[in-house]
Amino acid sequence: MAVNTSIVNTTDLILARKKIKREKRKQFFSTIGQNKAAVVGGIIILLYISMTFLAPILAPYDPYAINLQDKLQSPSWAHWMGTDDKGRDILSRILYGSRLSLGVGFSSVFFGAFFGIILGLVAGYYGKWVDTIISRSLDVMLAFPGILLALAIISALGPSLINVTIAVGIFSIPLFARIVRGSTMEIKQLEYIDAIRTLGANDFIIIFRHIFPNILSPIIVQGSLRLATAILSAAGLSFLGLGAQPPSPEWGAMLSSGRDFIFSAPYMAIFPGLMISILVLGFNLFGDGLRDALDPKMKK
Amino acid sequence: MFLFMIKRLVQIVPVILGVTLVVFLIMQMVPGDSAVILAGEGASKETVEQLREDLGLNKPLYEQYFSYISNVVQGDLGNSLKNNQPVLDEILIRLPVTMELAFFSILITIVLGLIAGIISAVRPYSFSDIGVMVVALLGISLPSFWLGLLLMYVFSVKLQWLPVAGWDSLAHVILPAITLGAGGAAIVARMTRSSMLEVVGQDYIRTAKAKGLKEHVIIYKHALRNALIPVITVVGLQFGSLLGGTVLVESVFAINGLGRMIVDAIRTRDIPMVQGGVLVASLVFVFVNLLVDTMYKVFNKRIDLN
Repeated sequence: MAVNTSIVNTTDLILARKKIKREKRKQFFSTIGQNKAAVVGGIIILLYISMTFLAPILAPYDPYAINLQDKLQSPSWAHWMGTDDKGRDILSRILYGSRLSLGVGFSSVFFGAFFGIILGLVAGYYGKWVDTIISRSLDVMLAFPGILLALAIISALGPSLINVTIAVGIFSIPLFARIVRGSTMEIKQLEYIDAIRTLGANDFIIIFRHIFPNILSPIIVQGSLRLATAILSAAGLSFLGLGAQPPSPEWGAMLSSGRDFIFSAPYMAIFPGLMISILVLGFNLFGDGLRDALDPKMKK
Repeated sequence: MFLFMIKRLVQIVPVILGVTLVVFLIMQMVPGDSAVILAGEGASKETVEQLREDLGLNKPLYEQYFSYISNVVQGDLGNSLKNNQPVLDEILIRLPVTMELAFFSILITIVLGLIAGIISAVRPYSFSDIGVMVVALLGISLPSFWLGLLLMYVFSVKLQWLPVAGWDSLAHVILPAITLGAGGAAIVARMTRSSMLEVVGQDYIRTAKAKGLKEHVIIYKHALRNALIPVITVVGLQFGSLLGGTVLVESVFAINGLGRMIVDAIRTRDIPMVQGGVLVASLVFVFVNLLVDTMYKVFNKRIDLN
């Protein structure tokens, strides 16, 4: 009889847990859905992601095809965004460039989040001297103003888009690590962690199976907002000639070559900049909405 | 206060040491033999060996680091590979330009940000509030280097009101300072708004209203003073991205500051110049943070930072 009760209770518990999860998911989507700005942000991001897949279908010309006869043409029906100094169609280059700009953004944030989460979990969970060493190292990384740490890394590794991804990724590590460390410290003091430890779970299981899933909300919010900064930083580094190299259609690099023609062909710089701005706006809107939906405490 | 300053100064020593260590280690990552790079192309084997001996490059890494630190403390940041001149001399010429640009930009960040934030907070959810917040969101999203080019196109090329580039007069400062300060102003505006709205909902503001005080007295004397406390922190944090942002803005407007020096040095693989520039910019940032902490304490006497 006692066994049966226990089975019933466990099944009830699982069902109740599933119900709570379903409710939470429903609440999350309804909060996001009610936030018009977040919906707009989400639509912008989806459109850009579709652009990366549909570039070969949508692009009217070859993004690398040089046609000096058509160079520096203003926007027209034949070339919606005009042509650059080598006669390449700017619209086609922008469509293909979305793969590079979004790719660098996502990869660098993933890189920063991966190492930042591990460092933050370890520092927050173990505390004491482990925390002191990790936290002081993070303080040192944060002591570099803006993109200067990324610049220093690129100066050593050499200019390229992959090195920009690594540099921007490293520069994102302390931001993720700090958030994860704080949340981990909060959660590890809760009673259920003590209970799991008493049942014999080791540190690895506790950290990755019981703490990590519960601190995902601030990580996702930070990730979304961080994507905006990462895309801006990567485009900035390419603009300086330290990232994507010609003839790459990366938007920052396109803007950089457009700078030399700002007097005669301003559209060469206007369109790539506009594309970066709208994408960053999308991530900012979506990130703000996510913050409200997932983590009301973080709402400023 | 004095004690607080001493304590903070002691606390930043390990951070400064850490910064020097990171800069030193990053430069060790440069592929290839440093002595060959420093000696330049076409140098004889004897010259390379002599240079390796002179610079102590054949010593263990930790000894090289200690000798680097002792040189830095004595103001020796090495010589440029381009012209063999001391790196510090070049930095001392470039740094004041960058600091001037940073000063005017932070002024724009604070003034524009505060005014916009107050306009928003006074009439929340009104058209003016929504308008200001939309502009602020755009301000956060626009890449500074693109905004700089647009401003240059409109005000220098089309309207011809302001000079295109350079750093000779106050007119040259306006566009770069707006370009660099706009993003920060947007963040300060958002922060001021939310901070003011939080303060306005508190009991003592209701009491002030009940006492019959005029609205502007309540806003400026009671609400703003307390709402400013978190804003100061944001301004301090903004100084970091602003200092990093000078790299881009100085490149757009052809300003011979520290940021442009670092970028040019990266292009020409002038490693000591990059190392020196990044180190000095980071030290400036660390000391500005100390200043912000002190201001935070002055403004908010309730918090005991000791």
